[in-house]
Amino acid sequence: MEQAGARARFSPSDIVDFAIVGSGAAGGIIAKELSTAGFSVVVLEQGPRLTEAQFDHDEFGTFMRSRNANNPATQPQTFRTTASDKAQKALTLIYGRLVGGSNAHFTANFWRLHPLDFNEASVLGGVPGTALADWPITYEELEPYYTKAEWELGVSGEPGPFDPPRSKPYPMPSLPVKSSGVLFEKGALALGYHPQPTPMAINSQFYNGRPACQHCGFCLFFMCEFKSKSTSMVTMLPLAEATGRCEIRPDSYVTKIETNRDGRATGVAYFDAQKRLQLQRAKAVVLCANGAETPRLLLNSESPRFPNGLANSSGAVGKHLMFNTYFGVNAQFERPLNEFKSVQNTRMIHDFYATDPKRGFYGGGGIDARFGKYPITFALGGLPPGSATWGEDFARGLAEQFSKSMFFATHGTSLPLESNSVTIDPALKDAWGLPCMRVTYKDHPDDLKNAQFLTARAMEIAQAAGALKTWAEPVESQTQSVHLLGTCRMGNDPRTSVVDRYHRAHDVKNLFICDGSSLVTSSRGQPTETICALAFRAGEHIAGFAKRGEI
Amino acid sequence: MDLHNRRAFLRAAVAAGAAWSAADLLAVEDALAWSADQATGQGRGGFTVLAAADADVLDALASRIIPSVDGRPGAHEAGVVFFIDKALATFNSGQKKMYADGVQDLNRRAALKWKGSASFARLTPAQQDELLREIEKTPFFQAARFDTIVGTFALPTWGGNRDYAGWHMLGLEHQPRFQPPFGEYDAEVNRRR
Repeated sequence: MEQAGARARFSPSDIVDFAIVGSGAAGGIIAKELSTAGFSVVVLEQGPRLTEAQFDHDEFGTFMRSRNANNPATQPQTFRTTASDKAQKALTLIYGRLVGGSNAHFTANFWRLHPLDFNEASVLGGVPGTALADWPITYEELEPYYTKAEWELGVSGEPGPFDPPRSKPYPMPSLPVKSSGVLFEKGALALGYHPQPTPMAINSQFYNGRPACQHCGFCLFFMCEFKSKSTSMVTMLPLAEATGRCEIRPDSYVTKIETNRDGRATGVAYFDAQKRLQLQRAKAVVLCANGAETPRLLLNSESPRFPNGLANSSGAVGKHLMFNTYFGVNAQFERPLNEFKSVQNTRMIHDFYATDPKRGFYGGGGIDARFGKYPITFALGGLPPGSATWGEDFARGLAEQFSKSMFFATHGTSLPLESNSVTIDPALKDAWGLPCMRVTYKDHPDDLKNAQFLTARAMEIAQAAGALKTWAEPVESQTQSVHLLGTCRMGNDPRTSVVDRYHRAHDVKNLFICDGSSLVTSSRGQPTETICALAFRAGEHIAGFAKRGEI
Repeated sequence: MDLHNRRAFLRAAVAAGAAWSAADLLAVEDALAWSADQATGQGRGGFTVLAAADADVLDALASRIIPSVDGRPGAHEAGVVFFIDKALATFNSGQKKMYADGVQDLNRRAALKWKGSASFARLTPAQQDELLREIEKTPFFQAARFDTIVGTFALPTWGGNRDYAGWHMLGLEHQPRFQPPFGEYDAEVNRRR
């Protein structure tokens, strides 16, 4: 997938067909769809463009010093639990800040939504006090684009008994099972559950010019040296650039979507690498900046015509922020699992996917087998509560248990709440002088009950698998997430949603928004494939609108 | 990752049939590796921020937080004190005073408890542990514990984890490529099939 012709280069004063903000899962796909359809495209990305030679396995830099992610030193945020609390500086929302976006270093779990995710509100009759709503589209409408995502990006997996209908099998067989997967399967089968290979956007064999996974073990938050992880960075962006019509412009931090007196978008203002303010003109703007930066940008794009922020006549911009719940059970086994090798997880169950009214709360989820800890994280918190924290027993515990530990992870729903939101902090400015985001978030009681329920099941599975020692992560309201969902939800009603069923902003005809912010419900904990499917669908429709002069 | 390992990864990528060619990258990496080796070699002897006597105390302290046990390397073998020095000289400069005061306090406690002790570093491990139990709730000890963990397990480019001593301690092999079986449980299942 080397670039064939010369890469496109545009001047900011050129009026390109589309300016796309963000180069991650959605931005990369839409850039490829629009450029291959014949349109000129500039993709503006906050972060730098890195090559394989610059990738590393630096846990400290990555996890503790915000490498390849938004850095609180230059882009601070504030956090509060409820609107009546005073927001304090904290790193709450984390996203990838490089060409490729969060998708460049995601774990590569690739779950489809099920039909019920799209119409749960009407089936269950809603959940009082929440904004749980049906999607404006159905699973059947999105299915072809899930298939497209799996085949164009490259996914390894096997069908399972709870899977939604699919029109085509996975393009690659599942990845080799790890010891965590074997133990998970043993425990789950003993309890009558239905373990299945975890679908992963990682090559299990040579696919589309990219090699199979080499099992080096550094997927979670790291970029893949082998291009075996099927990210938009290595699958879509090269195809977009090869058209000669798409420019990926790194180190370009968009500050505002410019609009004219007619209320149409005219381009995007951004700081270039030298912190000079530029304006990229465009006939239309596509916002794919993630569920945190997309609402921030819209709110920071206020103008006399759009006093509450752009595309915000509904007031829904920034609201309904959803994290998914992520908890689980730690376990130690008798013999080495060596979870430091290969992909994060190879087995999961979806037995508890659907909401079951008998449980007494809304929600469902999945449980999977993984380790999720690199050496520093393990040393800081990988031993059971009450273990020595320094000294000979500590050193011995680390040395003996690192290879014998795993995590039974639970992934659950988050209810959309108007009170969980991204707003603009009234005082705080970032290193570019731009108003920062203020996050307000508290998990709904049902989400925590669901997480407790899933944790209890994970505990039973770990014990049935023969773990020598098990301990659960405490279930409490979350204060940090990499899943940034729901903040510009899709809907047919302009009074309650930000974009329509084709991702066009209800208020601005030539502004489209597609990323995690579009999700109406939270997914059961793995939203990326849905973001990708939505992006393929949006790209196709946006190209159609442009061709028919409907933008 | 350090340059040696990065080269190994690039070579493996080529061998794996990566469509992109890493040949030009290898040439660059080889050139860079030489200068990096030079730099590391020079760094082994000296400290930027720490006085030698203070470095001895911190080395001893780190060695009690993650001691070498059962013949495995620990914080001393990983060169944690060099990581602490590098950190205090750069991104962690805000903790210089806390470290200086903390070292002084440990030496003072040592001299009070065992008359004539010139330094915490000269005490026996059992005596050192006894003193550390007195201060294990202090911000200084917590910072030293955190930095000992990071210095033992972070990539060697941060100044510690020498020759991947910390990763050897955990049994973590750092290789560009593994093949199944990965662990004993999947090996067992694969044998049965």
